[in-house]
Amino acid sequence: MSPTSVPSKDPEAGGNPKAVQDREGTGTASAPKAAGTAPPRAGRTGGRSPLARFLIRRVLTALLLAVGITLVTFVLTNLVPGDPVAANLGQRALGDPTIVAQWKAEHGLDKPLPQQYLLHLQGVLQGDLGTSQQSHRPVRDDLAEAVPATLELAGVAILISLVAGVAFGVIAALRRDRLSDHLLRILSLVGISVPTFWLALTAFYIFFYRLQITPGSGRIDPGMSPPPQVTGLYTIDAALAGQWDVFASAIGHLATPALVLALYTIGLLTRFTRSAVLEVLGQDYVRAARAKGLPGRVILFRYVLRSALVPIITVAGLAFGSLLSGTVLVEAIFAWPGVGQYAFKSATSLDLPAVMGVGLVVGAVYLVINLIVDVLYGVIDPRVRLS
Amino acid sequence: MKLPQAWRQPLAIVGGVVALAWIVIALAAPLLAPHDPLAQDLPRLASPGPGHWFGTDQLGRDILSRVMYGARLSIPLTVLLVALSVLVGGLLGACAGYFGKWADETIMRFADLVFAFPTVILAMVVAAALGASLANAVLAVLVVAWPAYARVTRGLVLGVREREFVISGRLLGFSAWRSLRVDVLPNITGPILVLATLDIGTALLLLSGLSFLGLGAKPPSPEWGAMVSAGVEVFDSWWVATFPGLAILSVVLAFNFLGDTLRDALDPRTARAIKERAL
Repeated sequence: MSPTSVPSKDPEAGGNPKAVQDREGTGTASAPKAAGTAPPRAGRTGGRSPLARFLIRRVLTALLLAVGITLVTFVLTNLVPGDPVAANLGQRALGDPTIVAQWKAEHGLDKPLPQQYLLHLQGVLQGDLGTSQQSHRPVRDDLAEAVPATLELAGVAILISLVAGVAFGVIAALRRDRLSDHLLRILSLVGISVPTFWLALTAFYIFFYRLQITPGSGRIDPGMSPPPQVTGLYTIDAALAGQWDVFASAIGHLATPALVLALYTIGLLTRFTRSAVLEVLGQDYVRAARAKGLPGRVILFRYVLRSALVPIITVAGLAFGSLLSGTVLVEAIFAWPGVGQYAFKSATSLDLPAVMGVGLVVGAVYLVINLIVDVLYGVIDPRVRLS
Repeated sequence: MKLPQAWRQPLAIVGGVVALAWIVIALAAPLLAPHDPLAQDLPRLASPGPGHWFGTDQLGRDILSRVMYGARLSIPLTVLLVALSVLVGGLLGACAGYFGKWADETIMRFADLVFAFPTVILAMVVAAALGASLANAVLAVLVVAWPAYARVTRGLVLGVREREFVISGRLLGFSAWRSLRVDVLPNITGPILVLATLDIGTALLLLSGLSFLGLGAKPPSPEWGAMVSAGVEVFDSWWVATFPGLAILSVVLAFNFLGDTLRDALDPRTARAIKERAL
């Protein structure tokens, strides 16, 4: 349920080898545990390296899921009882059947559903996502503005969460059952329990309205014009153009929403890093390294973190998904012109092309993130690509 | 599960007490609340003080009473939502794990598809399409919530499917349904219930989030997420949004405290099975 669930990570209950072998190649999180029971079968492919085979399989799965995403967005926005005609036409226009029919024909709604889907799919492949019924602009152009805004926000938030979450998790694990561990546990639980939208509002009220130490809503100060577009990320574009006042303003505007968003993921990563590190700390090879007198820092970075990295990366991918969810709620408060706001506006007005576009783009981003996570797995942990 | 030991942890005690307090508030709201939650007879936007300890909103309604009555909406709906997710997801996951082959493929690919979207965005689209109401919001969250249970249940079923007692049951001529019910189910309910406890918090966050976006509860109803949303319009009167938000926070935190301790108390083998899902 959680906004934290993620594609293609099987539970593989109890490290059960059957579960891992059951769906070859999708065993990620706990695959290393079961890897000992699956003998290497590198010879089977006849020459191609196991890593390449692993990558090809992941990419194919991702492509299948991508088609699935187009299907789901399409079905969801069409087979549910909402009426886009009623949502978009005024009362008087609705009473006139010719206007209704004309509007339907204009938006391709008069054709049978399978045909509508194929038209949609064909458009998507050509980069055409249709025209938003709200903004009367191509959905692609709307999204081209909204996506970088959200990626900038979510990117900064995930960076903050990774640094803070992993550090906190390691501290908690190393100081297990001491005061700092207990405090971090409570803090991380608070982090995953705070309603994001409420935290955003509270932060906005305290830091902007009362203390006036942070800038208000939006991506830069209202008086400024956005930097010339290269990446769409205001911070980078401003730095590229040498507009340092815009750069500072963009950073200032990013800070509060990014921190608000990050709190949840920091909590998530802290908890996960702690348990991952604890699990590794109990391993024989760590005890052996300690016994032969290696310094603590070497043990931590070369032995413990290297191996704990695999589960941490899963959760980082998963955390990014929850960030994308969180942006919907945070963007609403900070008037951040991103995908979240756009999704909300188009969902409430049943703007079908826009909703499908958002579903498609967000699904694709999510898919790419998970693909990266899977690939990183294969790179970091050789056992995964053999299992 | 070694429950008694689990309850002795301070976090679990705090969580239990707070959760219990909210349940009492929900049950006894008509007796406890100082005002009618819908009556607009107090001064508008009065700051917290005697007579209205949490202040009043822009329509002159008592926020303390509304927060109390809100518990009657949010808590039962969240529990219902999680129960439905367990039922739907558990049943599908058990079928996938037990029967394998095409049942497994079909069900789990559906789950994968739902997982391919960020939850809030998918729930938002579903809720918007169904039309804004609290019942539809519950339905929307259910759509995004069941796959987590399907995955965990499938994994757990796979873990016991080949055990001797299940096989001997089948050899004795148990039907698939009876085998699932008699031999498999009792061995997997514990961890699933723990996951459900852990999920109550998340479900409440999601449900109130939808209401905050205007896709859940309708205006006069004292739903917490909708109340925070109303506070956005008058945010210099901080109390309008603060107290309902704190109510959500305290309920979610209480259940997370409980679930966290429960998970620690679980037998490590099953705990590992749900660890990756639950976080």
